[in-house]
Amino acid sequence: MLAFTVAGSFWLEIALKVRVLKRIRRAMMAIAPVAVSFLLWDAYAIANKHWYFDKQQIIGWFGPLNIPLEEYLFFIVIPLAAIMTIEAVRNVKKHWIIGDEK
Amino acid sequence: MSYTQISILAVIVAVILDLFIIKTALLKRAAFWTSYAIILPFQFMTNWWLTSRNIVMYDPDVIIGIRFFSAPAEDLLFGFALILSVLSLWINLGKSSSANRL
Repeated sequence: MLAFTVAGSFWLEIALKVRVLKRIRRAMMAIAPVAVSFLLWDAYAIANKHWYFDKQQIIGWFGPLNIPLEEYLFFIVIPLAAIMTIEAVRNVKKHWIIGDEK
Repeated sequence: MSYTQISILAVIVAVILDLFIIKTALLKRAAFWTSYAIILPFQFMTNWWLTSRNIVMYDPDVIIGIRFFSAPAEDLLFGFALILSVLSLWINLGKSSSANRL
């Protein structure tokens, strides 16, 4: 699960490494509040058995709120991939206004 | 609240954030929709992997039961809310000069 989730977005990180890693603090400031919100939802869903994981197919490490390690990584990797995607679009379509142009 | 209800709520919150609170209005930007169009197939791929192999399983009582590529329709709402809120914060941070140095 973890390997595939990372593999699905990792090539984006490589492709646009310089652009986003240079602004990793900005990225983390954008991701942190959203990740925390979604992890609270995750904790609620796990506690109420809305969804559950096959223990044979996850590493088996659980963080706070009984959330698997993979879920914590998910909420960092997926948002990073999304940011890299919109930055890639910006690079290709330079005339498109996104709203933070200088 | 069921997964269906929370995922709808998450989309509403993300839309309100983007349009009225942060006011990035990414929903009116071609760059956002292009990015989402790129992300969506990858979301389908990862979701398909995680759900078809029963790595993640859902309580049938908390989803409406419509599935795309094996994953609950609610996952689309969940993914949309996650991506929109992260990108809205990312672009908003890009506007401020202090965050731009990060």
